[in-house]
Amino acid sequence: MDISKDLMAASSTPIVLAILAEEDSYGYAILQRVRELSGGKMEWTDGMLYPVLHRLERLGHVKARWETADTGRKRKYYRITPPGRAQLVEDRKQWQAVDATLRGIWKAISISNPVGHLAPGIPISQGA
Amino acid sequence: MDGSVHGISLEDQIAQWRSYLNRRQAIHSVDVAELEDHLREQVEGLTSAGLATDEAFLVAVKRMGDLDTLSREFAREHSDRLWKQLVVSSSDTGGVAPAVRKDALVALSFAVLAGIAVKVGIELDLANSVYVRNMSFVVLPMVAGYFAWKRQLQPRLLVVLGVVIGGAMVFANVYPHVPEGSTEILTAIHLPIALWLAVGIAYAGHRWRQGGGRMDFIRFTGELLIYYVLIAIGGGVLTAFMAMIFQVIGVDMEPFFEAWMPSMVVGAVIVATWLVEAKQSVIENMAPVLTRLFTPLVTAVLLGFLATLLWTGRGINIERDALLAFDALLILVLALLLYSISARDAAKPAGAFDVLQVVLVASALAANAFALWAIAARITEWGLTPNRVAVLGVNVILLINLAWSAVLYVRFLRGSGSFSTLEKWQTDYLPVYGAWAALVVIVFPPLFGYR
Repeated sequence: MDISKDLMAASSTPIVLAILAEEDSYGYAILQRVRELSGGKMEWTDGMLYPVLHRLERLGHVKARWETADTGRKRKYYRITPPGRAQLVEDRKQWQAVDATLRGIWKAISISNPVGHLAPGIPISQGA
Repeated sequence: MDGSVHGISLEDQIAQWRSYLNRRQAIHSVDVAELEDHLREQVEGLTSAGLATDEAFLVAVKRMGDLDTLSREFAREHSDRLWKQLVVSSSDTGGVAPAVRKDALVALSFAVLAGIAVKVGIELDLANSVYVRNMSFVVLPMVAGYFAWKRQLQPRLLVVLGVVIGGAMVFANVYPHVPEGSTEILTAIHLPIALWLAVGIAYAGHRWRQGGGRMDFIRFTGELLIYYVLIAIGGGVLTAFMAMIFQVIGVDMEPFFEAWMPSMVVGAVIVATWLVEAKQSVIENMAPVLTRLFTPLVTAVLLGFLATLLWTGRGINIERDALLAFDALLILVLALLLYSISARDAAKPAGAFDVLQVVLVASALAANAFALWAIAARITEWGLTPNRVAVLGVNVILLINLAWSAVLYVRFLRGSGSFSTLEKWQTDYLPVYGAWAALVVIVFPPLFGYR
């Protein structure tokens, strides 16, 4: 399943912030976690995560630091900041509102109209 | 790319990928380091899952995303990076910063040294003619010294530099010039030109015999001039500002300026040198941009001049110094030609701008021909003073340079010659100017009896 670009862009911020709220992390591990959480349904292009992280850093939602990993390589770790947590709370409220709305509408249409195909007999307008 | 990766080590592949990323303006080296760590971990993950190294590399690169899109995303987040910034203190990569700082410190030391040399010279209160002859020695050897340090010149080249500068000092000072006579002034004018080519040796290092090294020196010279002018304007504004605010509290800054201005003026040359060096890969070159702007304008002026000349039938009003104006014209045209050549990709096919260049050179040559023709008839009548010979000599040298350039350019336009031939002609011709300047300094004074 391909998730649309717009939806990806809109959801990336809360997802990244939420993962960082669990613990400090770095790019590769964040992507692994996204894959794990979505059951492989959300496939980000790896490189695109970094501009998102940099934007969050600029906004002060996360703070970056360089550390030497066990492999001996230098690695950039990100930590969520208090403003970042506040943002996450706010994002969560918004997404819950969106989610609640969609749930309501899914329920309503699934009664009269099963998802996946149109009810027969509905005339398709020919476009005047 | 698929076929070529076999047999290349992972490190080589990563290095190549890194160099692709480094070329992207919006992606800084810190980000490249971050992305590289990601790539390596991805490769490790994939190989432990059973993929061969080169396959793992390909998959990892693919997952990283298309470079153009990636670079665009970075540019959207870091839009400031599209304005190339000259950051002297390098960002949080570490590593680079100490080298940059050391470079700046050395340049500053040379600038201070030049400033002190000027100050000492002034305090010594020597005869006017000593200053006139030795002006070039306070700054140009410092510039050469900075490059000698920066390029870590081989001892052989250091000896060459020492001989050139030492020889110049000897010839500038041993001749019994008549104070403020023509040959002394000519020496003062030509010495910096000869020494500037010595600076070129220091600048280009072991590449000074190659066209590429010389072309880099030409580029450097143009940028230096522009930077120096900018610094001078900034200095002027600062000076005026200082004078203004100190006047408010009743302090006259005039004596301070008088005491230190010459040192500042000289030190700024070294600072400008260092700036050009530091920024050469960071900021677009300015000289070619100005060239683009002014080539059409100068061409229009020259064509207008020629048309008026022919239309009104006026002879050139030959005064004694008329040729000097035409020397200046040829120098201007040569500079326009040189800096558009310096920025042009030799492999590109001829375009409209190339035609314009030829028109520019041809019209300059035509205008100069009128002047030369009018003057040649009368130069013997006025007598061969050192000034006139010098001006005539420069004119002839420039004429040869430009005329042959025009021939080569036309050949290139007609497809019977390559652009690199023209480029090579320009860089090969460079030492002629140095030789002429040296000739004026060394041979003219005895030839004309030091008057």
